[in-house]
Amino acid sequence: MTDQIEWVALSIFIFFFLLVTVMGFVAARWKAGPVNEHLDEWGLGGRQFGTWITWFLVGGDFYTAYTVIAVPALVYAVGAYGFFALPYTIIVYPFVFAVMPLLWKVAHRAGYVTAADVVHGTYGSRALELAVALTGIVATMPYIALQLVGMGTVIKAMGLSGELPIVAAFIILALYTYSSGLRAPALIAFVKDIMIYIVVLVAVVIVPAKLGGYAAVFAAAGDAFAAKGGATGLILKPEQMLPYATLALGSAFAAFMYPHTLTGVFAARSADTIRKNAILLPAYTLLLGLIALLGYMGHAARITVATPNDVVPMLFKTLFPSWFAGFSFSAIAIGALVPAAVMSIGAANLFTRNVWKSYVNPGISHAGEAAVAKIASLVVKVGALAFILFLPVQYALDLQLLGGLWILQTFPALVFALYTRWFRAEGLLLGWAAGIGWGTWTAWSNGMKPLASLALGGESYSFFVGLGALILNIAVAAVATVIVRMMLPEGRGYCSILIFDDFTTSPQRVMSF
Amino acid sequence: MWMLLLLPFIGLLWVPFYNFLEPALFGFPFFYWYQLAWVPISSLLIWLVYRGQPHDEAR
Repeated sequence: MTDQIEWVALSIFIFFFLLVTVMGFVAARWKAGPVNEHLDEWGLGGRQFGTWITWFLVGGDFYTAYTVIAVPALVYAVGAYGFFALPYTIIVYPFVFAVMPLLWKVAHRAGYVTAADVVHGTYGSRALELAVALTGIVATMPYIALQLVGMGTVIKAMGLSGELPIVAAFIILALYTYSSGLRAPALIAFVKDIMIYIVVLVAVVIVPAKLGGYAAVFAAAGDAFAAKGGATGLILKPEQMLPYATLALGSAFAAFMYPHTLTGVFAARSADTIRKNAILLPAYTLLLGLIALLGYMGHAARITVATPNDVVPMLFKTLFPSWFAGFSFSAIAIGALVPAAVMSIGAANLFTRNVWKSYVNPGISHAGEAAVAKIASLVVKVGALAFILFLPVQYALDLQLLGGLWILQTFPALVFALYTRWFRAEGLLLGWAAGIGWGTWTAWSNGMKPLASLALGGESYSFFVGLGALILNIAVAAVATVIVRMMLPEGRGYCSILIFDDFTTSPQRVMSF
Repeated sequence: MWMLLLLPFIGLLWVPFYNFLEPALFGFPFFYWYQLAWVPISSLLIWLVYRGQPHDEAR
């Protein structure tokens, strides 16, 4: 990439950045509530977001800036295999539709703010609560760091070098998140998402037109993969099929276990808001599928890049006039701010409710919770920034990959109780530990690849390690539960009328899943 | 009705259903337009299930 500063692009970028900064601070007064007096206000925007705000907010923080950079980069590098993001972000919605309204009801009735709150309220186990909270915080940190990587890529494309621009952007983000809480990213998400929609719709019409149509784009990409030796291509090799499907399924189950996506769910006004969003959010998936194709357009445009992550910025710079390239880069950079803000809020909520309140100050007031969370969000962001400044980027990538497999291990503790109270906390904790231990060790010993292999009848099958770890997790949890139930038949000192209430009101929902 | 929600899982996770180049549509190989087509189909299926269930809260 050139070091020439692109003044037109940069001016447009600065204009939009200033716009969202003002919006971020003004957001504190939007749908105003007492932001400093209750964590529900700072950390969940007052639990009042309706269908459209939730659509923009969840769309804005689930489909991150890093996605816009990384998915086309992966497709550029490995072809069809990189497309697993598409089935993943389709099958996630039937799951969201069936499960998340139930979770929302539990959280709403008891005033829970985090996944670990739900787990503690259900099982009465401080250990399981802490396991879920720490998993959420640790899995989120590298994810925030990757948003910085995404932002850094487009800032570099505009010719700015050094780390000062990123540091400045992040400090501003940290300040308005501190003052406005979840309202800031919710408001900025409107700008971000509309900009991204414009960029992608223009790109998928204009770029193929300049390159000779989609057939030519696919043909050029197919030729490029054949020239590289044909280990990957426009369709999957037989040995890639199982990894493809298991990555899609495992990622879909993990997606709404993350603190940032759950924060979007808990901030919704009603269970029906979430159901409607399960119907409407796939619009973003269509967008993601088109974004992924930018990777093939990179081959058709014959651009050369130092790393695949530069494909999208380079493509825009090559094919767009500089003002529209600037607009596109602004969209991606602002696209990093929304998820980074929601992630830090989700992690801060976990720290406040499940570490600080549980272990340091159990008698904390509502205003005290808000104050602790605001500080925690600053610490989380500074941590992510330090991560990027002082450690190799590859660490963030590796840790984010591990984070996906870790967060998936909180699935049984969080979701199973919505349908059955058979499992015991001790079993779930043991299953969680087994899943994390085996999954981490396997990914680590495979050189940080997310795949594990199993030899069956002379054949070797590769699959997503997170899904394998989840199966182990559930098996261990079940066996341990059987043992615990034999030793302590009456067990379960804690009540969870809230959950059972759901069984009685809607038995058909429980039956069918 | 709730069984409809399983269809996207079956249609997308059984890769041998769609791991082909032909027939292409508007220049998109089958692998790509088949999966993209599942986006509106899934929305429609979820909507059908949503429509068929009692709306338990106005808020």
